[in-house]
Amino acid sequence: MAQATRIQITDVSKIYQTETKTVEAVKNFTESVKDGEFVCVVGASGCGKTTLLWCLSGLHPATSGTVHIDGELLTKPLPDRIGMVFQDSNLLPWRTLIENIELPFQIKKKAVNRKLVDELLDVAGLKGFENSYPGELSGGMKQRGSIVRALAQDPEVLLMDEPFGALDAFTREEMNLFLLKVWERTRKTIVFVTHSISEAIFLADRVWVMSPRPGRLSRIVDVDFPRPRDIDLQFEPKFIEILKSIREDVEGSKSGKGQ
Amino acid sequence: MATDNLADKIPDFNSATVNQGGNGPVDVSAIAGIRRAKGLKEIASVIALAIVVVTLLEFILIWTHTEAYVFPKPTAIIRSLFTDFPTLYWKPLTQTVQTFFLGLIIGSTIGLSLAVLVTLKPGLDIFISPYIIILVTTPMVALIPFLMLKFGFGMTPRVIAISLATGPMVMINSATGFRRTNAELIALGKSYGATEFQLFRKIRFPFALPMIIVGFMVGSIFGLLTAVGAEMVGGGMGLGNRLIYFSSLVQMSQFGAVLVIVATFGVGIYSFFTFINRKWASWDA
Ligand SMILES: Nc1ncnc2c1ncn2[C@@H]1O[C@H](COP(=O)(O)OP(=O)(O)OP(=O)(O)O)[C@@H](O)[C@H]1O
Ligand SMILES: [Mg+2]
Repeated sequence: MAQATRIQITDVSKIYQTETKTVEAVKNFTESVKDGEFVCVVGASGCGKTTLLWCLSGLHPATSGTVHIDGELLTKPLPDRIGMVFQDSNLLPWRTLIENIELPFQIKKKAVNRKLVDELLDVAGLKGFENSYPGELSGGMKQRGSIVRALAQDPEVLLMDEPFGALDAFTREEMNLFLLKVWERTRKTIVFVTHSISEAIFLADRVWVMSPRPGRLSRIVDVDFPRPRDIDLQFEPKFIEILKSIREDVEGSKSGKGQ
Repeated sequence: MATDNLADKIPDFNSATVNQGGNGPVDVSAIAGIRRAKGLKEIASVIALAIVVVTLLEFILIWTHTEAYVFPKPTAIIRSLFTDFPTLYWKPLTQTVQTFFLGLIIGSTIGLSLAVLVTLKPGLDIFISPYIIILVTTPMVALIPFLMLKFGFGMTPRVIAISLATGPMVMINSATGFRRTNAELIALGKSYGATEFQLFRKIRFPFALPMIIVGFMVGSIFGLLTAVGAEMVGGGMGLGNRLIYFSSLVQMSQFGAVLVIVATFGVGIYSFFTFINRKWASWDA
Protein backbone atom coordinates (compact mmCIF):
# COMPACT_ATOMS: atom_id res chain seq x y z
CA MET A 1 0.00 0.00 0.00
CA ALA A 2 1.54 3.23 -1.07
CA GLN A 3 -0.42 5.96 0.64
CA ALA A 4 0.20 9.62 1.08
CA THR A 5 1.97 10.94 4.15
CA ARG A 6 -0.58 12.15 6.66
CA ILE A 7 1.62 13.30 9.53
CA GLN A 8 5.19 14.43 9.03
CA ILE A 9 7.23 14.93 12.19
CA THR A 10 10.51 16.69 11.51
CA ASP A 11 13.20 16.98 14.14
CA VAL A 12 10.74 17.69 16.92
CA SER A 13 12.18 18.45 20.34
CA LYS A 14 10.28 19.51 23.42
CA ILE A 15 12.03 20.93 26.43
CA TYR A 16 10.17 21.63 29.64
CA GLN A 17 11.60 24.48 31.59
CA THR A 18 10.62 24.60 35.23
CA GLU A 19 12.02 26.74 37.98
CA THR A 20 14.32 24.05 39.22
CA LYS A 21 15.23 22.06 36.17
CA THR A 22 15.12 21.56 32.45
CA VAL A 23 13.69 18.34 31.06
CA GLU A 24 14.26 17.26 27.50
CA ALA A 25 11.05 15.29 27.12
CA VAL A 26 11.34 14.63 23.36
CA LYS A 27 14.49 14.97 21.33
CA ASN A 28 15.07 15.11 17.59
CA PHE A 29 12.05 13.07 16.71
CA THR A 30 11.66 12.53 12.98
CA GLU A 31 9.13 10.13 11.49
CA SER A 32 6.01 10.08 9.43
CA VAL A 33 2.64 8.41 9.53
CA LYS A 34 0.92 7.37 6.33
CA ASP A 35 -2.71 7.85 5.56
CA GLY A 36 -4.78 5.13 7.16
CA GLU A 37 -1.90 3.79 9.16
CA PHE A 38 -2.19 2.52 12.73
CA VAL A 39 0.92 3.47 14.70
CA CYS A 40 1.47 2.56 18.33
CA VAL A 41 3.97 4.36 20.54
CA VAL A 42 5.49 2.42 23.44
CA GLY A 43 8.18 3.26 25.93
CA ALA A 44 8.93 3.39 29.62
CA SER A 45 6.92 5.69 31.83
CA GLY A 46 8.08 9.28 31.52
CA CYS A 47 9.86 8.79 28.22
CA GLY A 48 7.85 11.49 26.48
CA LYS A 49 4.97 9.68 24.79
CA THR A 50 2.28 12.04 26.00
CA THR A 51 4.48 15.01 25.17
CA LEU A 52 4.92 13.74 21.62
CA LEU A 53 1.18 13.26 21.21
CA TRP A 54 0.44 16.75 22.47
CA CYS A 55 2.89 18.14 19.95
CA LEU A 56 1.05 16.22 17.22
CA SER A 57 -2.31 17.54 18.39
CA GLY A 58 -1.29 21.17 18.18
CA LEU A 59 -2.26 21.59 21.83
CA HIS A 60 1.21 22.68 22.74
CA PRO A 61 4.04 23.82 20.55
CA ALA A 62 7.26 21.92 20.09
CA THR A 63 10.35 23.72 21.33
CA SER A 64 11.93 23.13 17.95
CA GLY A 65 11.08 21.17 14.84
CA THR A 66 7.86 21.00 12.92
CA VAL A 67 4.77 18.88 12.50
CA HIS A 68 2.93 18.89 9.19
CA ILE A 69 -0.55 17.49 8.73
CA ASP A 70 -1.28 16.78 5.06
CA GLY A 71 1.65 18.99 4.20
CA GLU A 72 0.34 21.88 6.25
CA LEU A 73 2.35 23.26 9.17
CA LEU A 74 0.60 22.60 12.48
CA THR A 75 0.37 25.62 14.75
CA LYS A 76 -2.85 25.10 16.64
CA PRO A 77 -5.45 22.36 17.21
CA LEU A 78 -7.30 21.33 14.05
CA PRO A 79 -10.71 20.40 15.41
CA ASP A 80 -12.03 19.18 12.08
CA ARG A 81 -9.10 17.01 11.21
CA ILE A 82 -7.57 15.76 14.42
CA GLY A 83 -9.45 13.97 17.18
CA MET A 84 -7.96 13.38 20.60
CA VAL A 85 -8.90 10.53 22.90
CA PHE A 86 -7.57 11.09 26.39
CA GLN A 87 -6.67 8.84 29.21
CA ASP A 88 -9.51 8.41 31.75
CA SER A 89 -12.23 8.93 29.10
CA ASN A 90 -12.54 12.60 29.99
CA LEU A 91 -16.31 12.69 29.76
CA LEU A 92 -17.90 15.69 31.46
CA PRO A 93 -19.59 14.21 34.53
CA TRP A 94 -22.45 16.72 34.48
CA ARG A 95 -23.49 15.77 30.96
CA THR A 96 -25.18 12.61 29.85
CA LEU A 97 -23.40 10.39 27.37
CA ILE A 98 -25.25 11.82 24.40
CA GLU A 99 -24.69 15.38 25.64
CA ASN A 100 -21.00 14.59 25.88
CA ILE A 101 -20.98 13.36 22.32
CA GLU A 102 -22.80 16.51 21.26
CA LEU A 103 -20.34 18.82 23.02
CA PRO A 104 -17.86 19.13 20.12
CA PHE A 105 -20.73 19.90 17.74
CA GLN A 106 -21.90 22.65 20.10
CA ILE A 107 -18.41 24.08 20.37
CA LYS A 108 -18.12 24.12 16.60
CA LYS A 109 -21.69 25.42 16.28
CA LYS A 110 -22.55 22.62 13.89
CA ALA A 111 -25.66 20.47 13.66
CA VAL A 112 -25.21 17.06 15.25
CA ASN A 113 -24.60 14.35 12.69
CA ARG A 114 -27.35 12.08 14.02
CA LYS A 115 -26.82 9.33 11.51
CA LEU A 116 -23.13 8.95 12.26
CA VAL A 117 -23.63 9.25 16.02
CA ASP A 118 -26.33 6.59 15.94
CA GLU A 119 -24.19 4.28 13.91
CA LEU A 120 -21.20 4.75 16.19
CA LEU A 121 -23.27 4.24 19.33
CA ASP A 122 -24.49 1.03 17.79
CA VAL A 123 -21.02 -0.27 16.97
CA ALA A 124 -19.84 0.74 20.44
CA GLY A 125 -22.70 -1.15 22.06
CA LEU A 126 -23.89 2.00 23.78
CA LYS A 127 -27.42 2.09 22.41
CA GLY A 128 -29.82 2.61 25.26
CA PHE A 129 -27.25 4.39 27.42
CA GLU A 130 -27.47 7.76 25.69
CA ASN A 131 -29.11 9.38 28.68
CA SER A 132 -26.90 7.87 31.33
CA TYR A 133 -24.40 10.02 33.16
CA PRO A 134 -20.74 8.96 33.05
CA GLY A 135 -20.97 8.08 36.74
CA GLU A 136 -23.50 5.43 35.82
CA LEU A 137 -21.36 3.80 33.12
CA SER A 138 -18.61 1.22 33.47
CA GLY A 139 -15.00 2.12 32.73
CA GLY A 140 -15.11 0.37 29.37
CA MET A 141 -18.35 2.06 28.39
CA LYS A 142 -16.90 5.46 29.26
CA GLN A 143 -13.88 4.78 27.08
CA ARG A 144 -16.06 3.67 24.21
CA GLY A 145 -18.13 6.80 24.75
CA SER A 146 -15.08 9.02 24.49
CA ILE A 147 -13.99 7.23 21.31
CA VAL A 148 -17.46 7.73 19.88
CA ARG A 149 -17.23 11.41 20.79
CA ALA A 150 -13.98 11.75 18.86
CA LEU A 151 -15.13 9.67 15.88
CA ALA A 152 -18.41 11.54 15.58
CA GLN A 153 -16.38 14.51 14.37
CA ASP A 154 -15.14 12.27 11.58
CA PRO A 155 -11.52 13.41 11.95
CA GLU A 156 -8.87 12.13 9.57
CA VAL A 157 -6.42 11.59 12.38
CA LEU A 158 -7.08 10.06 15.76
CA LEU A 159 -4.55 10.60 18.55
CA MET A 160 -5.06 8.32 21.53
CA ASP A 161 -3.18 8.59 24.81
CA GLU A 162 -3.34 5.33 26.73
CA PRO A 163 -7.09 5.23 26.35
CA PHE A 164 -7.38 1.77 27.87
CA GLY A 165 -4.69 2.18 30.51
CA ALA A 166 -7.10 2.13 33.40
CA LEU A 167 -9.03 -0.93 32.31
CA ASP A 168 -8.67 -4.54 33.41
CA ALA A 169 -7.17 -7.07 31.00
CA PHE A 170 -10.47 -8.51 29.75
CA THR A 171 -12.12 -5.17 29.13
CA ARG A 172 -8.96 -4.05 27.47
CA GLU A 173 -9.02 -6.94 24.98
CA GLU A 174 -12.64 -6.17 24.27
CA MET A 175 -11.76 -2.51 23.69
CA ASN A 176 -8.92 -3.48 21.37
CA LEU A 177 -11.27 -5.57 19.26
CA PHE A 178 -13.78 -2.76 19.22
CA LEU A 179 -11.17 -0.26 18.13
CA LEU A 180 -9.91 -2.53 15.35
CA LYS A 181 -13.46 -3.09 14.17
CA VAL A 182 -14.02 0.64 13.96
CA TRP A 183 -10.66 1.26 12.39
CA GLU A 184 -11.10 -1.40 9.74
CA ARG A 185 -14.33 0.29 8.76
CA THR A 186 -13.14 3.86 8.75
CA ARG A 187 -9.40 3.56 8.10
CA LYS A 188 -8.55 6.62 10.09
CA THR A 189 -4.92 7.44 10.67
CA ILE A 190 -4.26 6.51 14.30
CA VAL A 191 -1.39 7.28 16.65
CA PHE A 192 -1.96 5.28 19.79
CA VAL A 193 0.15 5.63 22.94
CA THR A 194 0.25 2.69 25.30
CA HIS A 195 2.18 1.16 28.16
CA SER A 196 1.30 -2.32 27.01
CA ILE A 197 3.64 -3.78 24.42
CA SER A 198 1.27 -6.60 23.54
CA GLU A 199 -1.54 -4.15 23.01
CA ALA A 200 0.70 -2.20 20.66
CA ILE A 201 1.66 -5.25 18.62
CA PHE A 202 -1.92 -6.45 18.49
CA LEU A 203 -3.22 -3.16 17.14
CA ALA A 204 -0.49 -1.59 15.08
CA ASP A 205 0.89 -1.62 11.59
CA ARG A 206 4.04 -0.16 13.06
CA VAL A 207 5.28 0.22 16.62
CA TRP A 208 7.49 3.13 17.58
CA VAL A 209 9.70 2.34 20.53
CA MET A 210 10.88 5.34 22.50
CA SER A 211 13.87 5.56 24.78
CA PRO A 212 13.69 7.80 27.81
CA ARG A 213 15.49 10.99 28.81
CA PRO A 214 15.74 12.45 26.34
CA GLY A 215 12.77 10.84 24.60
CA ARG A 216 14.00 9.61 21.26
CA LEU A 217 12.61 7.24 18.71
CA SER A 218 14.89 4.27 19.29
CA ARG A 219 13.34 1.67 17.03
CA ILE A 220 10.52 1.06 14.59
CA VAL A 221 8.97 -2.38 14.40
CA ASP A 222 6.82 -3.37 11.45
CA VAL A 223 3.95 -5.62 12.44
CA ASP A 224 2.52 -7.32 9.41
CA PHE A 225 0.09 -9.80 10.83
CA PRO A 226 -2.88 -10.07 8.49
CA ARG A 227 -6.12 -8.33 9.33
CA PRO A 228 -8.70 -8.77 10.66
CA ARG A 229 -6.77 -9.97 13.68
CA ASP A 230 -8.26 -11.96 16.50
CA ILE A 231 -7.35 -12.18 20.11
CA ASP A 232 -5.53 -15.51 19.82
CA LEU A 233 -2.86 -13.77 17.80
CA GLN A 234 -1.08 -12.96 21.03
CA PHE A 235 -0.24 -16.64 21.55
CA GLU A 236 1.51 -17.10 18.24
CA PRO A 237 5.27 -17.61 18.39
CA LYS A 238 5.97 -14.72 16.06
CA PHE A 239 3.92 -12.37 18.21
CA ILE A 240 5.76 -13.48 21.32
CA GLU A 241 9.07 -13.08 19.58
CA ILE A 242 8.31 -9.45 18.67
CA LEU A 243 7.01 -8.86 22.17
CA LYS A 244 10.23 -10.14 23.71
CA SER A 245 12.46 -8.07 21.52
CA ILE A 246 10.54 -4.85 22.17
CA ARG A 247 10.44 -5.59 25.86
CA GLU A 248 14.20 -6.00 25.93
CA ASP A 249 14.51 -2.66 24.20
CA VAL A 250 12.27 -0.86 26.65
CA GLU A 251 13.75 -2.57 29.70
CA GLY A 252 17.26 -2.09 28.43
CA SER A 253 16.80 1.58 27.81
CA LYS A 254 15.36 1.93 31.28
CA SER A 255 18.14 0.23 33.22
CA GLY A 256 21.01 0.99 30.88
CA LYS A 257 20.61 4.74 30.81
CA GLY A 258 23.53 6.95 31.52
CA GLN A 259 25.23 6.04 28.29
CA MET B 1 -5.16 31.44 21.11
CA ALA B 2 -3.71 30.71 24.50
CA THR B 3 -2.26 27.34 23.73
CA ASP B 4 0.91 28.23 25.57
CA ASN B 5 -0.44 28.52 29.03
CA LEU B 6 -1.52 24.89 28.83
CA ALA B 7 1.87 23.75 27.75
CA ASP B 8 3.38 23.71 31.14
CA LYS B 9 0.60 21.96 32.87
CA ILE B 10 -0.02 19.08 30.61
CA PRO B 11 1.52 15.76 31.13
CA ASP B 12 1.29 15.28 34.84
CA PHE B 13 -2.20 13.84 34.53
CA ASN B 14 -0.83 10.44 35.20
CA SER B 15 0.07 11.49 38.69
CA ALA B 16 -3.68 11.46 39.34
CA THR B 17 -3.50 14.52 41.53
CA VAL B 18 -6.22 16.28 39.63
CA ASN B 19 -8.96 16.85 42.08
CA GLN B 20 -12.37 16.18 40.61
CA GLY B 21 -14.00 19.08 42.35
CA GLY B 22 -15.16 18.92 45.91
CA ASN B 23 -13.17 20.07 48.85
CA GLY B 24 -11.77 23.53 48.43
CA PRO B 25 -10.49 25.86 51.08
CA VAL B 26 -13.80 25.33 52.71
CA ASP B 27 -14.69 21.72 53.03
CA VAL B 28 -18.11 21.04 51.55
CA SER B 29 -18.57 17.69 53.12
CA ALA B 30 -18.71 19.19 56.59
CA ILE B 31 -21.55 21.56 55.76
CA ALA B 32 -23.36 20.00 52.86
CA GLY B 33 -22.79 16.41 53.74
CA ILE B 34 -25.39 15.86 56.40
CA ARG B 35 -27.57 13.04 55.26
CA ARG B 36 -31.10 14.04 54.52
CA ALA B 37 -33.88 12.28 56.36
CA LYS B 38 -35.60 9.90 53.98
CA GLY B 39 -39.18 8.77 54.05
CA LEU B 40 -42.08 9.82 56.23
CA LYS B 41 -41.06 7.64 59.12
CA GLU B 42 -37.63 9.19 59.48
CA ILE B 43 -38.91 12.72 59.09
CA ALA B 44 -41.63 12.01 61.66
CA SER B 45 -39.09 10.70 64.16
CA VAL B 46 -36.87 13.75 63.70
CA ILE B 47 -39.84 16.03 64.37
CA ALA B 48 -40.96 13.93 67.31
CA LEU B 49 -37.51 14.21 68.89
CA ALA B 50 -37.57 18.00 68.45
CA ILE B 51 -40.95 18.17 70.17
CA VAL B 52 -39.66 16.03 73.04
CA VAL B 53 -36.59 18.26 73.47
CA VAL B 54 -38.62 21.46 73.51
CA THR B 55 -41.22 19.99 75.86
CA LEU B 56 -38.50 18.77 78.18
CA LEU B 57 -36.94 22.22 78.20
CA GLU B 58 -40.32 23.73 79.04
CA PHE B 59 -40.80 21.38 82.00
CA ILE B 60 -37.28 21.85 83.31
CA LEU B 61 -37.83 25.59 83.29
CA ILE B 62 -41.11 25.13 85.16
CA TRP B 63 -39.66 22.72 87.73
CA THR B 64 -36.65 24.86 88.45
CA HIS B 65 -38.80 27.99 88.70
CA THR B 66 -36.53 29.77 86.24
CA GLU B 67 -37.64 33.32 85.74
CA ALA B 68 -38.48 34.50 82.25
CA TYR B 69 -35.70 37.10 82.30
CA VAL B 70 -33.15 34.34 82.92
CA PHE B 71 -34.45 31.95 80.30
CA PRO B 72 -37.79 32.36 78.48
CA LYS B 73 -40.05 29.33 78.19
CA PRO B 74 -40.45 27.82 74.71
CA THR B 75 -44.23 28.26 74.95
CA ALA B 76 -43.80 31.95 75.69
CA ILE B 77 -41.54 32.36 72.69
CA ILE B 78 -43.92 30.48 70.44
CA ARG B 79 -46.89 32.48 71.69
CA SER B 80 -45.02 35.72 71.07
CA LEU B 81 -44.02 34.54 67.60
CA PHE B 82 -47.62 33.97 66.66
CA THR B 83 -49.29 36.92 68.33
CA ASP B 84 -46.62 39.61 67.90
CA PHE B 85 -45.32 38.67 64.48
CA PRO B 86 -47.13 41.33 62.43
CA THR B 87 -46.57 44.09 64.95
CA LEU B 88 -43.11 43.42 66.37
CA TYR B 89 -41.16 41.22 63.99
CA TRP B 90 -42.35 41.64 60.43
CA LYS B 91 -40.83 45.05 59.77
CA PRO B 92 -37.36 44.36 61.22
CA LEU B 93 -37.35 41.06 59.36
CA THR B 94 -37.99 42.78 56.04
CA GLN B 95 -35.26 45.30 56.83
CA THR B 96 -32.72 42.59 57.54
CA VAL B 97 -33.78 40.55 54.52
CA GLN B 98 -33.49 43.59 52.29
CA THR B 99 -29.99 44.61 53.37
CA PHE B 100 -28.87 41.00 53.38
CA PHE B 101 -29.97 40.33 49.81
CA LEU B 102 -28.68 43.63 48.50
CA GLY B 103 -25.31 42.96 50.08
CA LEU B 104 -25.28 39.38 48.87
CA ILE B 105 -26.12 40.31 45.29
CA ILE B 106 -23.55 43.11 45.11
CA GLY B 107 -20.86 41.14 46.92
CA SER B 108 -21.29 37.92 45.02
CA THR B 109 -21.45 39.66 41.65
CA ILE B 110 -18.16 41.39 42.33
CA GLY B 111 -16.68 38.23 43.85
CA LEU B 112 -17.65 36.04 40.93
CA SER B 113 -16.37 38.60 38.41
CA LEU B 114 -13.04 38.83 40.21
CA ALA B 115 -12.81 35.04 40.21
CA VAL B 116 -13.32 34.99 36.45
CA LEU B 117 -10.75 37.73 36.05
CA VAL B 118 -8.00 35.99 38.02
CA THR B 119 -8.72 32.78 36.15
CA LEU B 120 -8.33 34.44 32.77
CA LYS B 121 -5.36 36.52 33.88
CA PRO B 122 -3.53 34.34 36.41
CA GLY B 123 -0.86 37.01 36.86
CA LEU B 124 -3.36 39.25 38.66
CA ASP B 125 -3.89 36.67 41.34
CA ILE B 126 -0.90 37.64 43.45
CA PHE B 127 -2.05 41.25 43.55
CA ILE B 128 -5.65 40.54 44.44
CA SER B 129 -5.28 37.57 46.80
CA PRO B 130 -3.76 39.40 49.79
CA TYR B 131 -6.73 41.73 49.99
CA ILE B 132 -9.15 38.89 49.62
CA ILE B 133 -7.46 37.01 52.45
CA ILE B 134 -7.61 40.10 54.65
CA LEU B 135 -11.29 40.57 53.84
CA VAL B 136 -12.12 36.93 54.49
CA THR B 137 -10.35 36.83 57.83
CA THR B 138 -11.43 40.22 59.22
CA PRO B 139 -14.90 40.33 60.79
CA MET B 140 -16.67 42.94 58.70
CA VAL B 141 -18.84 44.03 61.62
CA ALA B 142 -15.71 45.78 62.85
CA LEU B 143 -16.01 48.20 59.95
CA ILE B 144 -19.53 49.27 60.81
CA PRO B 145 -18.73 52.19 63.13
CA PHE B 146 -16.36 53.60 60.54
CA LEU B 147 -18.80 53.05 57.67
CA MET B 148 -21.55 54.73 59.67
CA LEU B 149 -19.42 57.82 60.09
CA LYS B 150 -18.99 57.95 56.36
CA PHE B 151 -22.40 56.86 55.09
CA GLY B 152 -24.77 57.64 57.91
CA PHE B 153 -27.19 55.34 59.67
CA GLY B 154 -29.17 54.13 56.67
CA MET B 155 -28.85 50.88 54.80
CA THR B 156 -25.66 51.82 52.95
CA PRO B 157 -23.03 51.00 55.58
CA ARG B 158 -24.63 47.64 56.30
CA VAL B 159 -24.98 46.72 52.65
CA ILE B 160 -21.31 47.54 52.14
CA ALA B 161 -20.27 45.44 55.12
CA ILE B 162 -22.38 42.50 53.95
CA SER B 163 -20.93 42.75 50.44
CA LEU B 164 -17.46 42.75 51.91
CA ALA B 165 -18.33 39.68 53.96
CA THR B 166 -19.93 37.66 51.15
CA GLY B 167 -17.92 38.73 48.09
CA PRO B 168 -14.49 37.43 49.10
CA MET B 169 -15.95 34.09 50.17
CA VAL B 170 -17.66 33.68 46.81
CA MET B 171 -14.52 34.84 45.03
CA ILE B 172 -12.11 32.52 46.83
CA ASN B 173 -14.23 29.43 46.35
CA SER B 174 -15.14 30.17 42.74
CA ALA B 175 -11.56 30.97 41.78
CA THR B 176 -10.40 27.73 43.33
CA GLY B 177 -13.09 25.87 41.46
CA PHE B 178 -12.17 27.49 38.14
CA ARG B 179 -8.49 26.88 38.68
CA ARG B 180 -8.92 23.26 39.67
CA THR B 181 -10.73 22.44 36.48
CA ASN B 182 -9.14 19.29 35.25
CA ALA B 183 -6.47 20.26 32.71
CA GLU B 184 -7.45 17.35 30.49
CA LEU B 185 -11.00 18.68 30.26
CA ILE B 186 -9.67 22.07 29.21
CA ALA B 187 -7.42 20.37 26.68
CA LEU B 188 -10.42 18.46 25.39
CA GLY B 189 -12.26 21.71 24.78
CA LYS B 190 -9.26 23.24 23.09
CA SER B 191 -8.80 20.23 20.86
CA TYR B 192 -12.29 20.93 19.55
CA GLY B 193 -11.37 24.55 18.98
CA ALA B 194 -13.27 26.04 21.91
CA THR B 195 -12.78 29.75 22.53
CA GLU B 196 -11.86 31.01 25.98
CA PHE B 197 -15.51 31.99 26.50
CA GLN B 198 -16.76 28.56 25.44
CA LEU B 199 -14.25 26.89 27.73
CA PHE B 200 -15.68 28.95 30.57
CA ARG B 201 -19.28 28.33 29.77
CA LYS B 202 -19.11 24.66 28.89
CA ILE B 203 -16.29 23.37 31.05
CA ARG B 204 -14.88 25.67 33.72
CA PHE B 205 -18.13 27.01 35.07
CA PRO B 206 -20.00 23.71 35.36
CA PHE B 207 -16.90 22.10 36.80
CA ALA B 208 -16.58 24.81 39.43
CA LEU B 209 -20.30 24.99 40.17
CA PRO B 210 -20.25 22.80 43.29
CA MET B 211 -17.53 25.00 44.76
CA ILE B 212 -19.27 28.18 43.68
CA ILE B 213 -22.39 27.01 45.48
CA VAL B 214 -20.36 26.35 48.63
CA GLY B 215 -18.87 29.82 48.28
CA PHE B 216 -22.37 31.26 48.13
CA MET B 217 -23.51 29.20 51.09
CA VAL B 218 -20.64 30.14 53.35
CA GLY B 219 -20.65 33.71 52.05
CA SER B 220 -24.37 34.03 52.83
CA ILE B 221 -23.89 32.71 56.33
CA PHE B 222 -21.06 35.24 56.83
CA GLY B 223 -23.37 37.84 55.34
CA LEU B 224 -26.20 37.09 57.76
CA LEU B 225 -23.74 37.23 60.62
CA THR B 226 -22.57 40.62 59.44
CA ALA B 227 -26.12 41.86 58.82
CA VAL B 228 -27.36 41.03 62.30
CA GLY B 229 -24.10 42.10 63.93
CA ALA B 230 -24.16 45.44 62.13
CA GLU B 231 -27.75 46.06 63.20
CA MET B 232 -26.72 45.44 66.77
CA VAL B 233 -24.04 48.09 66.49
CA GLY B 234 -26.37 50.86 65.44
CA GLY B 235 -28.77 52.27 62.90
CA GLY B 236 -32.03 51.40 64.65
CA MET B 237 -33.19 48.84 62.10
CA GLY B 238 -33.52 45.14 61.61
CA LEU B 239 -33.54 42.00 63.71
CA GLY B 240 -30.16 42.74 65.30
CA ASN B 241 -31.47 45.99 66.62
CA ARG B 242 -34.50 44.20 68.06
CA LEU B 243 -32.21 41.78 69.91
CA ILE B 244 -30.53 44.69 71.65
CA TYR B 245 -33.83 46.45 72.24
CA PHE B 246 -35.70 43.50 73.79
CA SER B 247 -32.79 42.41 75.92
CA SER B 248 -32.34 45.91 77.28
CA LEU B 249 -36.01 45.86 78.31
CA VAL B 250 -35.54 42.31 79.61
CA GLN B 251 -38.39 41.12 77.37
CA MET B 252 -36.84 37.74 77.02
CA SER B 253 -39.67 35.92 75.25
CA GLN B 254 -39.60 38.56 72.51
CA PHE B 255 -35.83 38.33 72.49
CA GLY B 256 -36.15 34.54 72.10
CA ALA B 257 -38.66 35.00 69.29
CA VAL B 258 -36.25 37.23 67.35
CA LEU B 259 -33.50 34.71 67.93
CA VAL B 260 -35.70 31.96 66.52
CA ILE B 261 -36.39 34.09 63.45
CA VAL B 262 -32.68 34.75 62.91
CA ALA B 263 -31.90 31.05 63.33
CA THR B 264 -34.66 30.12 60.89
CA PHE B 265 -33.20 32.55 58.41
CA GLY B 266 -29.79 30.89 58.76
CA VAL B 267 -31.17 27.41 58.42
CA GLY B 268 -33.17 28.64 55.43
CA ILE B 269 -29.97 29.79 53.72
CA TYR B 270 -28.32 26.48 54.44
CA SER B 271 -31.29 24.47 53.16
CA PHE B 272 -31.62 26.59 50.05
CA PHE B 273 -28.03 26.06 48.97
CA THR B 274 -28.10 22.41 49.90
CA PHE B 275 -31.13 22.09 47.65
CA ILE B 276 -29.40 23.98 44.83
CA ASN B 277 -26.35 21.82 45.25
CA ARG B 278 -28.40 18.67 45.01
CA LYS B 279 -30.23 19.96 41.98
CA TRP B 280 -27.36 21.38 39.92
CA ALA B 281 -24.26 19.71 41.16
CA SER B 282 -25.35 16.23 42.07
CA TRP B 283 -22.70 14.75 39.76
CA ASP B 284 -20.07 15.84 42.24
CA ALA B 285 -21.39 13.67 45.07
N1 LIG C 1 4.91 20.28 32.55
C1 LIG C 1 6.08 19.67 32.70
N2 LIG C 1 7.10 20.31 33.28
C2 LIG C 1 8.30 19.71 33.43
N3 LIG C 1 8.56 18.46 33.05
C3 LIG C 1 7.58 17.76 32.46
C4 LIG C 1 6.28 18.33 32.26
N4 LIG C 1 5.52 17.40 31.67
C5 LIG C 1 6.28 16.32 31.51
N5 LIG C 1 7.52 16.53 31.97
C6 LIG C 1 8.62 15.58 31.93
O1 LIG C 1 8.79 15.17 30.61
C7 LIG C 1 9.05 13.78 30.55
C8 LIG C 1 8.08 13.12 29.61
O2 LIG C 1 6.77 13.19 30.15
P1 LIG C 1 5.53 12.51 29.42
O3 LIG C 1 4.33 12.77 30.24
O4 LIG C 1 5.49 12.92 28.01
O5 LIG C 1 5.93 10.97 29.52
P2 LIG C 1 5.07 9.69 29.11
O6 LIG C 1 5.91 8.87 28.23
O7 LIG C 1 3.75 10.07 28.59
O8 LIG C 1 4.93 8.96 30.50
P3 LIG C 1 3.76 7.96 30.97
O9 LIG C 1 3.95 6.70 30.23
O10 LIG C 1 4.04 7.79 32.43
O11 LIG C 1 2.47 8.63 30.69
C9 LIG C 1 9.01 13.28 31.97
O12 LIG C 1 10.32 13.14 32.44
C10 LIG C 1 8.31 14.35 32.73
O13 LIG C 1 8.83 14.45 34.03
MG1 LIG D 1 1.73 9.80 29.26
